[in-house]
Amino acid sequence: MITIQWVYTLAGAVFAAFALLGLRDASNPRRWGTSAFWGLLALSMWAGDSLGDFGNGVLVLCLVAIAGFGLLGKGTSGEVPAEARRERSETFGNGLFTVALIIPITALVGTFVFKQIPEWVDPRQTTLISLGLGVLIALGAGYAWLRAGALVPLEQGRRLMDSVGWAAILPQMLASLGAVFALAGVGEVVGDIVRLAIPEGSLFGAVVAYALGMALFTMVMGNAFAAFPVMTAAIGIPLLIERYGGEPAIVCAIGMLAGFCGTLMTPMAANFNLVPAALLELKDEYGVIRRQVGTAIPLLAVNILLIWWLAF
Amino acid sequence: MWVLLGIAVIVAGFVLRFNPLLVILVSALVTGIAAGLDPVAIIAAFGRAFNEARYVSVVWLVLPVVGMLEAFGLQERARALIERMRGATVGRLLTGYMLLRQATAAVGLISIAGHAQTVRPLVAPMAEAAGDRQAEVLGEDEREEVKAWSAATDNVGVFFGEDIFLAIGSILLIKGLLEQYGYDIEPLHLSVWAIPTAIAAALIHGFRLWRLDRRLNRLGLAEDGA
Repeated sequence: MITIQWVYTLAGAVFAAFALLGLRDASNPRRWGTSAFWGLLALSMWAGDSLGDFGNGVLVLCLVAIAGFGLLGKGTSGEVPAEARRERSETFGNGLFTVALIIPITALVGTFVFKQIPEWVDPRQTTLISLGLGVLIALGAGYAWLRAGALVPLEQGRRLMDSVGWAAILPQMLASLGAVFALAGVGEVVGDIVRLAIPEGSLFGAVVAYALGMALFTMVMGNAFAAFPVMTAAIGIPLLIERYGGEPAIVCAIGMLAGFCGTLMTPMAANFNLVPAALLELKDEYGVIRRQVGTAIPLLAVNILLIWWLAF
Repeated sequence: MWVLLGIAVIVAGFVLRFNPLLVILVSALVTGIAAGLDPVAIIAAFGRAFNEARYVSVVWLVLPVVGMLEAFGLQERARALIERMRGATVGRLLTGYMLLRQATAAVGLISIAGHAQTVRPLVAPMAEAAGDRQAEVLGEDEREEVKAWSAATDNVGVFFGEDIFLAIGSILLIKGLLEQYGYDIEPLHLSVWAIPTAIAAALIHGFRLWRLDRRLNRLGLAEDGA
């Protein structure tokens, strides 16, 4: 049976390729650290289940040490010249969009089809297995139709990966921090504080506290991923879902989006809010945030109303 | 109460601009120690959670495909598609970009655009050019503002489009968390509930861009009158 481990094996192979190809990139002054970083991720994907909890913890310590000491870098070589790209784009035309659509379409189709054959494909993991399959089909199409060189996808993928850098594992790290917070009972403490502000027995008050809490805690953490487990454990599950009978999918899906409203308003979300200000050479480093607040606040109000109307 | 120290570490760490991965790890250690755990147990708990959350990072699998398509001119093709739009104003251009960004993010194509790839080389200069036509010539403050709107619009588009895609990190995170509490929910069932907010975001941000257009047009009229 095809399980999630197959997808992890594939992802491990891709990270391992990034690590090996990175070693050849003489234009990257920190190629050893960069290569070690992706190599450790490959190890995590391949062997995470046999490393043990403490072993995985040490692996994380190494990843953080590489990133924290600034040992990750990126090279300048490998980019296809603009002229060549333009020529190719004229040769291949809108078919390029078709290949780009293979992954999402496979993910969509696979999610439905794989349900029908649960003895072949782990029915709980169809989305990620479809994603992996879509990547393989799209690569196959690229080799067959574009006649891409054997290493072109991996080399170009590595270039993109290196420019993302350590931020690549930020979501996974924040998810893990959420688990430690859960173990230490942070959610209960934050929840106790937030619950003090909720008028007893008021459904609307609880919805407001959940959505507002998501936005504010996201602003503090810089990422809705980190706020979501805390606020959902504190208010979403015990109050909105269990006491008031809210639909879990609606509460959580829109609650996450209330958090995204917070992301628009915080410098903690540096990659979205501060990096573009620098890229565009704005004099005001908070210029992008200033333009976003006027959208984020009314949208947060809409999200509160949507949860209240749709989930109950 | 002391466990909240971890949150203080996060805030201080970001304000002081330490590497976020380092800040997260220190926050985990501080939180765990405040809760009376010994360091080895904290490292183990973090490692266990990291291993269980590997599915969040599986999404980078798509980079070889994206890199290959970009090497064959996908961005140039997308650019040509956008450049063919005529009669562009800042508001119309950015509203169009926002909708395109929402639509592509909704089918999982998040990295075909972004601040480095499209906003700086493409969207911001196009928006500036449109603004220059509307307001005769943009003043320095308005030019800054139009550039900031370009980046802000990219964020709004992608934030309120991506959750419609099934295999995005946040949808998988919601699924994982609900599973821990015994609710087994399909990603598709979660992602359809991202649609109402996506529509609201387009309406609110689109309305604000329309008002920006009116303001820029008035600047142009004032210039003509003078």
